[in-house]
Amino acid sequence: MSQRPTLSQQPTHGGCVLYRETPSQTAGPYVHIGLALDVAGIPLRDEEIWSRLATPEADGELIEVVGTVIDGNGDLVRDAFLEAWQADAHGDYQPDYALNRPFNSFGRTATTAEAGSEWSFTTVKPGRVPAANGKPMAPHINLAIFARGINVHLQTRLYFDDEGEANAECPVLGAIESPTRRQTLIARREEGANGTPRYRLDIRLQGDGETVFFEF
Amino acid sequence: MKNTDNKRFIPRERNWHPPAYAPGYKTTVARSPRQAPVSLQHPSRSELTGPNFASLRLGPHDNDLLLNFREDPALAGQAGLPIGERIVMFGRVVDQLGKPVPETLVEMWQANAGGRYRHKKDQYMAPLDPNFGGVGRCITDEQGWYHFRTIRPGPYPWPNDINSWRPAHIHVSVMGPAISTRLVTQMYFEGDPLIPHCPIVHTLNDPEAVDTLIGRLDMARSRSMDYLAYRFDIVTRGELQTYFEPGATL
Ligand SMILES: [Fe+3]
Repeated sequence: MSQRPTLSQQPTHGGCVLYRETPSQTAGPYVHIGLALDVAGIPLRDEEIWSRLATPEADGELIEVVGTVIDGNGDLVRDAFLEAWQADAHGDYQPDYALNRPFNSFGRTATTAEAGSEWSFTTVKPGRVPAANGKPMAPHINLAIFARGINVHLQTRLYFDDEGEANAECPVLGAIESPTRRQTLIARREEGANGTPRYRLDIRLQGDGETVFFEF
Repeated sequence: MKNTDNKRFIPRERNWHPPAYAPGYKTTVARSPRQAPVSLQHPSRSELTGPNFASLRLGPHDNDLLLNFREDPALAGQAGLPIGERIVMFGRVVDQLGKPVPETLVEMWQANAGGRYRHKKDQYMAPLDPNFGGVGRCITDEQGWYHFRTIRPGPYPWPNDINSWRPAHIHVSVMGPAISTRLVTQMYFEGDPLIPHCPIVHTLNDPEAVDTLIGRLDMARSRSMDYLAYRFDIVTRGELQTYFEPGATL
């Protein structure tokens, strides 16, 4: 049996012990078995976390957000898994996840060939959340992207094209130097099914029109 | 809402994690961003909060892969057991300061003993096991401990190089207290001769980083005539309180 320590220590100032974060590894092509059972074809458990963040009873405007994930060759990524984290219509995060609530701040989705390689969430348009300096950010949904070939999940934000004024003063959008690249985060409103507005954002992993990813 | 204004997480060490572009793992070539990420210097509630799953109702066998799958769900727990070496995978989720991460969701998925995943898209010739699904989840206790009962997964071949094999591994997903601490990784098994040959393991530049992903055989916690135990501790980003107003300069 090995006597090696299981954790790695990071050198620090001041003598306190600091462990290194466990390193990331790709979620791989079969991420669905663990986090999206329906997509893998595995029977669902009693409670599953999935893509409906809001029911029609939730405060705010019910919307759909959809999109694709596109690789550096311009091809659709058919095995991406995404997580959403967003404020409610009043700009408050609801961390305590419960499926019987009309609104949860968290959701999951995946792109599958069967669904035209699109991901989608049903939710409400989020309210404005204050930035660290107290100024309001524009309404946004935080997205994390996991897939085969992605070693550490990518973090981005989805903004809304009908929030022009809020977008113009959002400090996070403003932190993106290139105005052209800011556009990669802005979802476009389109006509949705049965009257629910739909916003579309295609996430480009690499190359022309590459989506802005954040580290934080 | 809990005040997050003075909270921050220790930054991720980029050279400790695998780089996005790691051409030995070929799929990264077209899926890695070319632009540098934009750094959010002063994170907001959007980054400093995250979901809490303490009240998600888990099933009685959600962390027991020996019992939690039957092709007919009505028979779960009543039919035969999966083929393979019985193991318990366990450990603690702590943050970088050594503080336990309680009540956080730990999820895992794996191949069966033959190296085959129960996934529509897995076409490997090894057979499916009618008594094995390959998915588990649990919530850490107040000291950050989690455990799963399962079978040791088999290695499997995959199309990267002419003859690439994944070492036996279990995929692990940890939420942590905020979306900043979100982590998906893999546990390998101590002594597996395939570890040094794996292109995905080799996305890590530091051998010590690889070492932290290796579950350790723990004979003391193994049970005679029943299972072997493998310990895998998980470290999430450390949470610090800062003493100055965000944005203030000295
Ligand atoms: Fe795998």
